[in-house]
Order: sequence, then structure tokens, then C-alpha cells
Amino acid sequence: MTLDWPTLLPLIFAGLMGVAILVYVILDGFDLGIGILFAAAGEDDKDTMINAIGPFWDANETWLVLAVGLLLVAFPAAHGVILTALYLPAFLLLVGLILRGVAFDFRAKVPVHRKGRWNALFLIGSATASLAQGYMLGVYVLGLDTSWAAMAFGVLTAICLAAAYAAMGAAWLIYKTEGALQKKAVLWLRGALVFTVVGMAAVSLATPFASARIFDRWFVWPEMLYLSPLPILSALLFLYLWRQTFHLPRPGDEGALLPFLTLALIFVLGFCGLAWSFYPFVVPDRLTIWQAAAAPESLGIILVGTVFVLPILIGASFYVYAVFGGKATDLTYD
Amino acid sequence: MDPLILSRIQFAANISFHILFPSITIALGWVLLFFKWRYNATRDYAWMHAYFTWVKVFALSFAMGVVSGVTMSFQFGTNWPGYMETVGNIAGPLLAYEVLTAFFLEAVFLGIMLFGFRRVSNRVHTLATFLVAFGTTLSAFWIIALNSWMQTPAGFEMRDGVAFATDWWAIVFNPSMPYRLIHMLLASGLTVAFLIAGLSALRYLAGDRSESMWKALRTGTGIAAVLIPLQIFAGDQHGLNTLEHQPAKVAAMEANWETGPNVPLVLFAWPDEAARANRFEIAIPNGASLILKHDADGVVPGLNDYIGEHPPVLPVFWGFRIMVGTGLLMLAVSWAAAFFLYRRHNLPKPLALLMVPMAFSGWVATLAGWYVTEIGRQPWLVAGVLKTADAIGPVPGGHVAFTLAVYLLLYLALLITYIGVLVHLALKAAKEGDPEPAPAVENRALSQPVGR
Repeated sequence: MTLDWPTLLPLIFAGLMGVAILVYVILDGFDLGIGILFAAAGEDDKDTMINAIGPFWDANETWLVLAVGLLLVAFPAAHGVILTALYLPAFLLLVGLILRGVAFDFRAKVPVHRKGRWNALFLIGSATASLAQGYMLGVYVLGLDTSWAAMAFGVLTAICLAAAYAAMGAAWLIYKTEGALQKKAVLWLRGALVFTVVGMAAVSLATPFASARIFDRWFVWPEMLYLSPLPILSALLFLYLWRQTFHLPRPGDEGALLPFLTLALIFVLGFCGLAWSFYPFVVPDRLTIWQAAAAPESLGIILVGTVFVLPILIGASFYVYAVFGGKATDLTYD
Repeated sequence: MDPLILSRIQFAANISFHILFPSITIALGWVLLFFKWRYNATRDYAWMHAYFTWVKVFALSFAMGVVSGVTMSFQFGTNWPGYMETVGNIAGPLLAYEVLTAFFLEAVFLGIMLFGFRRVSNRVHTLATFLVAFGTTLSAFWIIALNSWMQTPAGFEMRDGVAFATDWWAIVFNPSMPYRLIHMLLASGLTVAFLIAGLSALRYLAGDRSESMWKALRTGTGIAAVLIPLQIFAGDQHGLNTLEHQPAKVAAMEANWETGPNVPLVLFAWPDEAARANRFEIAIPNGASLILKHDADGVVPGLNDYIGEHPPVLPVFWGFRIMVGTGLLMLAVSWAAAFFLYRRHNLPKPLALLMVPMAFSGWVATLAGWYVTEIGRQPWLVAGVLKTADAIGPVPGGHVAFTLAVYLLLYLALLITYIGVLVHLALKAAKEGDPEPAPAVENRALSQPVGR
């Protein structure tokens, strides 16, 4: 591989897109998860749960726009192939995101007797968006296959990703709330973890069998060796997290952020596994990142802006999380 | 079912729904900054009260804009893959800069703007308001640059059927871009001005005489009265620019079939494309020649020069008339209201009653204007480069029909709810009046623990 711009730029953009997807999944994962947990929450808890994500969710969802945007602008050919193949699940994802996004605002602004309806739509929207994302992940892993078996696998990944998001949401609530709700969140986390483990195991087992190329990468010496830390570390982190759930909340609220960080780390490991399996393809076994990439001149001009803006953005995001740090309180405009 | 026409209706429905909310947030951000600045300068809490009332509308509109905008970025891929495959090298960077610089700026600082008044210093809160307003405007800049490039493409070359950028300055500042940007920013200003004036008039009619109602009413009416003549001038200049670069669009706007001098200004007609003539025409002799060429003998282009290459006449012709008609009504209402509010210091009830439905006049004019320019671009997606029909993807018509039906129902329900909530918020504010007594507004320190 020669190191010139036409070779490097698609690689850089694949990396940026990967980071954007990962950040989205972690950040909006807890937003969507809290939406799903509305199914189990009592009426009194719902306002607090919304307050725990209210100031952040807009920026969190924008990471999806960036990820899809990078796919659109850096790999235009892949964008078309992937999204036409996933037309209906992408549509469900959008309907879910629309309902979730507007319910945030409507539930707080409509006359009080209609609030229940928007709480229900917040749950439905969050669940639909999560399930659609999980389904898309499953079908993508199987190379955009449209057989019944692939669809069944998509349903399994859909349920498991929704559970993983619910786990993220519960972990975020452990960090942002206290008292009875925090105790409930610990139980929710434990329940959701079971499904998360099943889901990650299912994806991990199915991926190598979806493609001979990936199978070789997983089970052939010495490449097998490079991969082995991922499943081992993930398993250890799951065990660590499972144990934590029996000791939370601790006196003085020590380690309240730890479950969230552990889960985020598991997401990062899972994502690395996927990236390792699919590289260098952006559409599995069909289009490589170089075949799908836009012209180097166009990628170059985007990169210049990205290099300047991204650090500022990340800094600003940390600032906003600091401003709204600590336990969630009532959000008021005035 | 034909996936092309269904996909076109779906995208048109999506962008029509979407543009309603940016046209509010672009200018409302600056109006909120104005309220904040007046509060900082006078320490009159009624300004801050107006800010808190309208920041809720901003939050709601922003959320509606975000969710419908995300839908659009997906639809490029789901329905129109040919678009990015052909002009992705140009459209990509413009969209990327929009997301990077503008969208994130808005989304990140929105939290502080909405909920941060008591968590950060007053100065940081003002700064956050500015950054969000600046971000929405920057957002408009990039999107208008891309849309204008599709109307009047420049600064590129075609290699093997794919567009490659040669001059980014020429791409961004393409011939129609400055005109379209100014026209759209003024349209946003007017939309917000009439929304604020109209909902404040509703509060007035509901018996609200609070200081924050008067402040909002005067601000909305004042902005409307100042911006509408500017908009009429900017619109005229934009029309002349279109005549130069997209003559077929202007021919459709005027429903003029034959190229020639002494072309009348058609006030009313039913353009019949099959007969290639206007029915029921009422026209002012020499009017179009005078407006477009400032000369009765001026030659105006006609549709018959562009057979098979011109847009559908009926929607462009009527879209243009609805826009201009709404604009003239806006002029009359805003100047009458400004006269009574600033000279007589009152508002007659019939005028207040008229101002309430005019709250959404900006939406009508903006949508009609966009229909003129976007339908007027047909049959091209990118003028002279890519036809709309050549960008369509392989999704079956039945799938598109299903998604279109759900989108339409969803948009309709959301629109009704949105308007309902605006009216509810206005009536609630009317009932509450000025906060009594004005609360202390010293902000809490940033790092203070926030236990319950």
C-alpha cells in the first residue's frame, strides 16, 4: 500500500465515520435507552428521567447526522447501496427518531391531560428507532442479505441492541439520579444486561459464518491471535459489570459513573471487532472504502474543516456536560 | 405505481415540512438575542420574560427541524442515489460543512440556551444564544449555497458523467446564491416577525396587557414593517437574476408562451399546457416587459422556446402569484399595525383579529416561493447536469407508496399539534401575564452542586 492522498483519505474518512457511529451509539444509546425504560418507569420518575438527558439529546442525535453525512459525502456509492437495501428499516428508524424527538418537547408543552399520550409516543419512538438500528446492524453484518434467515437474525439483533441501549440508559440513570429511581435503575441494568450479552454473542458467532473471508480472519492463525483480546476483555468487563450491580448504589454514591463507563468500553470493543471483520469493505464483500470513496480533492477539503472543527466541538460538548453535571434537577427555561 | 413520481412527492412533502421550522429558527435566534440584549441593557425583566416565552417556541421548532432534517439526509440515499453518485463531489463538502460548523454549533449550545440561564453566567448565556443564532444562519448559508448551485451550477467539470470541483469559490458563490440567500434570510425574518406579532395579537385579544406582550407585539410588528419593503426589493432583484440564468423558469412564472416585446403582465389565468395558451386571462398590457426589462418594448422569453425542457407552468405560475399576493398583504397589515402601535399606542380590534391568522403568512409565502424555484428547476435536478428522472433509485413503487402515506399522516398530525401547542403557549402566557413579583435573576455559579 502506497501512502499517497488517494489511498490515505478514504482510510481517514472510514476512521472518522467509525468514530462518529461509535460516539452516536454510546451517546444517543443512553437517550434511546431511557426512552425504552419508560415502559418500566412509574409516572413520577418520567420527568426526572427526561431531565437526565434533556440538555444533551440534540447534540447526541447530531452524531448520527454526522455519521450518515460522512457516509453520504465520503462514500456516496455505498450510501446509495446500503440505504436502498435497507429502505423500510431506515424508514422505521426515521419515524422512530421523529416521534422521539418531538415527544421530548411536546410532552412538556402540551396541556397536562395530553402529557400521557406524548410519554407513550416517546417510548414508542425510542423503541422503534432502537429496534430499527439493531435490525439494520444484523442485516448489514450478513452482507445486506434479504433471505428469511437474515431477517430472523435481524429481529434477534434488533431486540438485543434495544436491550443494550436500555442497559446504557439504566447506567446513565444510576449516574444522574438518586434515591428510589436509582435503585430501580440498578435492577433495570441487570435485566437488560442479560439480553445484551446474548446479542453480542449472537453477532459475534454469526459474523464469521456470514462470509468466508471473515471466517478466515477470525479462525486462522496468526490473525486469530490479534482478535482474541476482544472477546476475552468483553467477557471480563461483563462479569465486572454484573458484580457491580449487586453493590450499587454505594455509600456516598461512589462509582456511580462506573457502570456507564464499563458499558461504553464494551461497546468500543464490540465495535472494534466489527471494524476488524469488515475492513476494508464499506458494503460487505461488495465495495471497499477505496471503490466507494468520493474524489480526493473533495475529501481533502472536508478534512481541512473537520480537523479544525472536531476538537472545538468535542471541547464544547464536554463543557455542556460539565454545566449540566451532577444529579438531574428540574429543567426550567427561566 | 411509479416510484419516480412517488419519490418526488415524498421528497417534496419532506422538504416542505422541513423548511417550515428552519424558517422560524433562523430569525427567531436573532430575535431572542435582541430580547437578551435589551434585557442586558435595561435590566427590565419583561424582556427576559419575552425571551423565556419565545425560547420555548425555538426549542419546539428546533426539534421539529432536526427530526425532519435527519429524514432528508437519509432520503438522498434511500430514494435518490443518483444524486450523490453524480454530484457527490460538490454536494458532499457543502453538506459536510453544514453539519460540522453549523448544525453542531446549534445543537451543542442549545442546551445552555434553553436550560442554562441559572447555571452559567449571564454573559455565557448571551454568548450561547448568539452561537445558536449564528449556527442556524450559517446552516442556511451552506444549504442555500448547495441549492443555488443546483439551480445555477458553476466551478466544476464533468469527467465520465461525474462532476468534479475545479473552483470552490465559484461553487459556493454561484450566480444565484447571494440573491437566494438574502431572499431566504429576509423570508425567515418576516415569518418570525408575523408569528410573534400574530401570537401576541392573540394574547392581546385574550385580554393580556402585560409588559412582555406589548414588547413582543411591538418587536414583531416593527421587524415586519421594516423587512417587507426590503424583501419586495430583494425579490425583484432575485427575479431579474433568474431571468438572466434560468429564463424558462421566468417564462413559467409569467405564463408567457411566445418570446417577444410588449409582453403583458398576467394577473389571472389558467395556463393550459396541452393547448400551449392561457385560459381566462386578465392582463395588464406591457406589464411583464416593464417589470422584467424596465421597458415596454423589452423582449421577454417565452415557453415555446423551451418545449420539452421547461417546468410545469401551472404550479410555478400560481405559486408565484400566491407568494407576491401574500407579500402585498403583509405590507398592508404590518404598516397599518406599525402606524397604530407606534403613533397611536393602541391596536384596533379588527386589525388584531386580522393579525392572528397572519401569524402563519410567512409560511405560506415561503412555501409558495420555494415551490416556484424548485418546480421551476424541473425537469432538471441539477440544471443542465442531471435530470430528476435519472437520479431515482431501485426501490419498488409499493414501498415508496407505503412510506409516503405514513410520512404524510405523521407530518399532518405533527403540524396540527405544533400549531395547537403554539396557540396553547400563547393563551397560557396571556393568562399568566407578567411574573409577579419579578424574580431575582442572579445566576448560580457554574460548578455549584445541584442536589435536589
